[in-house]
Amino acid sequence: MIRLTEEQKITVDMVRKLADREILPRAKELDEQSLFPEHALNLFSELGLLNPLLPVEYDGSGMGMLMLVLVLEEIARVCASTALLLIAQTDGMLPIVHGGSAGLKKKFLPRLGGNSRLLTALGATEPSAGSDLLGMKSRAVRKGDHYVVNGQKCFITNGSVADMIVVYAYTDPGRKAKGISAFVVEKGTPGLTYGRNESKMGMRGSVNSELFFEDMKVPAENRIGEEGDGFVNLMTTLSMNRVFCAAQAVGIAQGALDEATRHARERIQFGKPIAHQPVIQSMIADMATAVEAARLLTREAAALFDEGDAGRGALFGGMAKTLASDSAMRVTTDSVQILGGYGYMKDHSVERMMRDAKLTQIYTGTNQITRLVTGRSLLLS
Amino acid sequence: MEEPLFADTEELRMLADTVRRAAREKIAPLAASIDEKGEFNREVAALFWDLGLMTLTFPPPYGGMERDQGTALSLAVEEIARHCASSSLLLIIQAVGSFPIIHGGRPELLEKLLPRMLENRELAAYLVTEPSAGSDVGAIRTTAAMDGGEYVLTGTKVFATNGAVASVYAVLARTSAAAGRDGLSFFLVERDTPGLSVGRIEKKLGQRGSNTAEVILDEVRVPAGNLLGKEGKGFLLAMKDFDMSRPAVGAQALGIAEGALAEMVRYARQRKTFGKLLCEHQMIQQIIADSATLVEASRGLVYRAARLFDEGQRNTKLASMAKVFASDAAMKITTDAIQVFGGYGYMRDFPVERMFRDAKLTQIFEGANQIQRLVIAREILKETA
Repeated sequence: MIRLTEEQKITVDMVRKLADREILPRAKELDEQSLFPEHALNLFSELGLLNPLLPVEYDGSGMGMLMLVLVLEEIARVCASTALLLIAQTDGMLPIVHGGSAGLKKKFLPRLGGNSRLLTALGATEPSAGSDLLGMKSRAVRKGDHYVVNGQKCFITNGSVADMIVVYAYTDPGRKAKGISAFVVEKGTPGLTYGRNESKMGMRGSVNSELFFEDMKVPAENRIGEEGDGFVNLMTTLSMNRVFCAAQAVGIAQGALDEATRHARERIQFGKPIAHQPVIQSMIADMATAVEAARLLTREAAALFDEGDAGRGALFGGMAKTLASDSAMRVTTDSVQILGGYGYMKDHSVERMMRDAKLTQIYTGTNQITRLVTGRSLLLS
Repeated sequence: MEEPLFADTEELRMLADTVRRAAREKIAPLAASIDEKGEFNREVAALFWDLGLMTLTFPPPYGGMERDQGTALSLAVEEIARHCASSSLLLIIQAVGSFPIIHGGRPELLEKLLPRMLENRELAAYLVTEPSAGSDVGAIRTTAAMDGGEYVLTGTKVFATNGAVASVYAVLARTSAAAGRDGLSFFLVERDTPGLSVGRIEKKLGQRGSNTAEVILDEVRVPAGNLLGKEGKGFLLAMKDFDMSRPAVGAQALGIAEGALAEMVRYARQRKTFGKLLCEHQMIQQIIADSATLVEASRGLVYRAARLFDEGQRNTKLASMAKVFASDAAMKITTDAIQVFGGYGYMRDFPVERMFRDAKLTQIFEGANQIQRLVIAREILKETA
């Protein structure tokens, strides 16, 4: 079982205070006006939080998965959109960190070190390739010292604001999973254009964009690993991304539980605070149990990755993602219920948390997919 | 999907057909913009008046159904809620707000008021909830004191559906110092009475096309004849209102759930993943099967509760069961419908995220589901005493 070190506790405490002071007060505004969390970007960059898993040799923070999970939880507790900024940022670096050649790493990673404000994104999803990533249609064709990429991506988090995007495309469609390659595409690359940013139900402070590639010329040296390495590379990143998503869900659920608890203590009905009603006590108990179970599984998955056991990390990460997001959905729905009519109104934050929670059941593999992945891994391998 | 209805008379069948067609042709195209604007839609209200839906539960001489009023209300609400929950709420509140008037108003009051409401197409609202009196109706603080042959009402009501657009209010207020529920009475208060003002309009998660307002009563004077029912018996009138309204809320949840089910089935039949249609994947079939099962079970409860109401039998237990079951089902089905759509379901371009937001209210209003369960258990304990 995970026990936090003194150092981790101090960091969590610091991030919690920071989140309450700097991020919480903006959460409502980001949601209402669909604003990108610029203030958080500044804050993260000042604190060196904008490159959490970047190795120290590139001047990254070099924190482990567990530490990142703790940080994400604290941020998502007050604003899930802001946590998503950091998750997408991490996702955009990991493919290079894991799969890039020494030259590629040297070209891009130092730019992301220190207090860099550069943003990254991961571009895999397409209109016809959601759960079924092999259904992607983007093509990259080698022409001398560069590739010509055509296609489109959708729902890309940080897409239109990213300075570099890891883009997946088929270099050899006949080879299916082994025919996909990954490339680093820099902002301003001719042929890269942006479509609309989506209007979403929740996580409205996060930017999700359409990207279009029209004869986009990408230098061959920007390819991550060899041709055909893309899919495995993507799966590695996704297996870690699921743990981040789980942490985000735990944070959302904790935020909703805190609100429900506070309201239950303050709200007087039938002559006493509703906290005295067994029905409410029972709901809070179930909510807290779900949060703690999800938290433990999430931290366990992160710790497995930190220990170098990526196989079990992926297995636990998938389970953590499913459990934590389902828990977040249930806990936020019940939190609105405990606040009653007030919970349904935009003045209170729980309706936002409920909208935000829903995305965690969907992204980085819907819970139907994560269940299949987990089940197959247990049954067939 | 044209499921068999519980419309077993010619009148109900005709009503259901008419409403279904109107909802599909006239309401459905407006639903997204009604939600986006978050404003009351007068076009919808006018359509409902044209179709006679706003007076379904009125006495027959004033546009009400000769019989089966509860079933008729539920059928209309269900058909509309499939496409637009906000619009269906308008019907529920018209029925709920006018109930204490119709069932508690003196004949001379009704003879004057009801023809006028029909003539001017006036809306009714129900002013019961207060900041400190939600589930706990007995905590109502609004007072109604007798003064010179008139009642003087003072207090603040919140979360009043149609609060800012209604012209007729049924207001529950305290007429005696008696503790809790015993000292409460209903009054008819007209919008233009001096001292009555509309406060803030709420911004809600869903059902955004319905108007939810604060209504402030500052020494509002009404004639003694505006007392509805007997003094001190307001709570009982509210409970009878619930017997009609809770099946209707269940019907709204049922309609939302049916809308979401129809959307998920439609999408699952056209979206391809892993080389086959979504609907050919076992995981998706499980979701569709569970959703459809919950819909059919909700339907059974809703229309049994409504039928008992129409037959004049005690339906409190079934009304609460219908409301709890159908609303929990709607929440689950809409949550799962987004899931079937995946990323697309989370986007505002598709209707399922709206249905999800709309569904949540059905677990809360007309008595939170936690309260409904207490009611159900109490009824069972009474039956078995």
